[in-house]
Amino acid sequence: MSETVKKFLYVNRKAPYGTIYAQEALEVVLIGAAFDQDVSLAFLDDGVFQLTKGQDTKEIGLKNFSATYRALGDYEVTKLYVEKESLEERGLTLDDLQNIEYEDEDDDYAEKPSIRLVTRAEMAEVMADQDVVLSF
Amino acid sequence: MKFGIVVSEGPYTHEASDSAYNFVKAALAKGHEVSRVFFYHDGVNVGTRLSIPPQDDRQIQEQWTALAKEHDLDLVICIAAAQRRGLLDKNEADRQGKDANNIAEGFRISGLGQLIEMGIQADRTVTFGD
Amino acid sequence: MGTLHTVNKSPFQNQTLLSCLAHAKDGDAILMIEDGVYGATTGTVVSDALASKSTDVTLYVLGADLAARGIDAGRMAEGVTSVDYEGFVELAVTHDRVQNWL
Repeated sequence: MSETVKKFLYVNRKAPYGTIYAQEALEVVLIGAAFDQDVSLAFLDDGVFQLTKGQDTKEIGLKNFSATYRALGDYEVTKLYVEKESLEERGLTLDDLQNIEYEDEDDDYAEKPSIRLVTRAEMAEVMADQDVVLSF
Repeated sequence: MKFGIVVSEGPYTHEASDSAYNFVKAALAKGHEVSRVFFYHDGVNVGTRLSIPPQDDRQIQEQWTALAKEHDLDLVICIAAAQRRGLLDKNEADRQGKDANNIAEGFRISGLGQLIEMGIQADRTVTFGD
Repeated sequence: MGTLHTVNKSPFQNQTLLSCLAHAKDGDAILMIEDGVYGATTGTVVSDALASKSTDVTLYVLGADLAARGIDAGRMAEGVTSVDYEGFVELAVTHDRVQNWL
């Protein structure tokens, strides 16, 4: 499709279900994976709520798309940066988030965590190291 | 310089599509290229030809259609977002067995890949949303 | 050089401006547009946060959105520069990337 490889960052700052942004962001990520770009996802502010365990949408009738985050590794989307301060401000820790892993083909397909917990300062570094920043 | 623009909110409720329009006009006036405008989320609603705003208000869709004509802009409406919200071109209406279509002149419906491709090709990607 | 950040939310409605301020790096620019322009006014609860960042980050506000909301130059916080849409485009050109805080 294109020989250019750019660094794409998808910035998620909104909680799921109340608005559609998280779900439609995920749709972009899945389609974008086919373009073989250098993809990262950032979860900060209310965006960290997207990754929590135990989401059950049965009673509100909306589609539960939380399992899709666990499938991202199959699309070679393996860098999910989660901001530590955003978790803490919301009374959350890593244990409240889903276990999201990918198989590292360069390391005998060992299962490795996709979530990378970063400080706010480190998140700023991640953001500053991109070619294209798409915000949702 | 080549710009790619994302519009991710609908017309009238949000200022986003107006800001995007003003930005695109200013960029073109300075001799920059706008390679594509991609409408996503509720932004797809900008592309309906059936809106009838009061006469003393701006006609957002017509503004975009005119700008596209003048500058040969590529106005792309995301198909997945459009189908959710009832935006259809003739092909899609026929394919889905719907009795009407509503895409305005100058807009086309295509896939999300067009957004990624725009990001790859443009020097700067600018998003207007909420 | 650096990133052009845009903020389009009133800082009295949510944390978007504060989050942007917390992530902008030295040498970046922040442009307040739409309801974001309320963040550029003086004597508010976010004035200190804005002022403490204004030496490291260049602060801009979109004049068209200021005018629309009846905010005159006298109410603008010190260190904030007003630009028109042409200036907005120029800022996007002169920075390496644009990050829109929605």
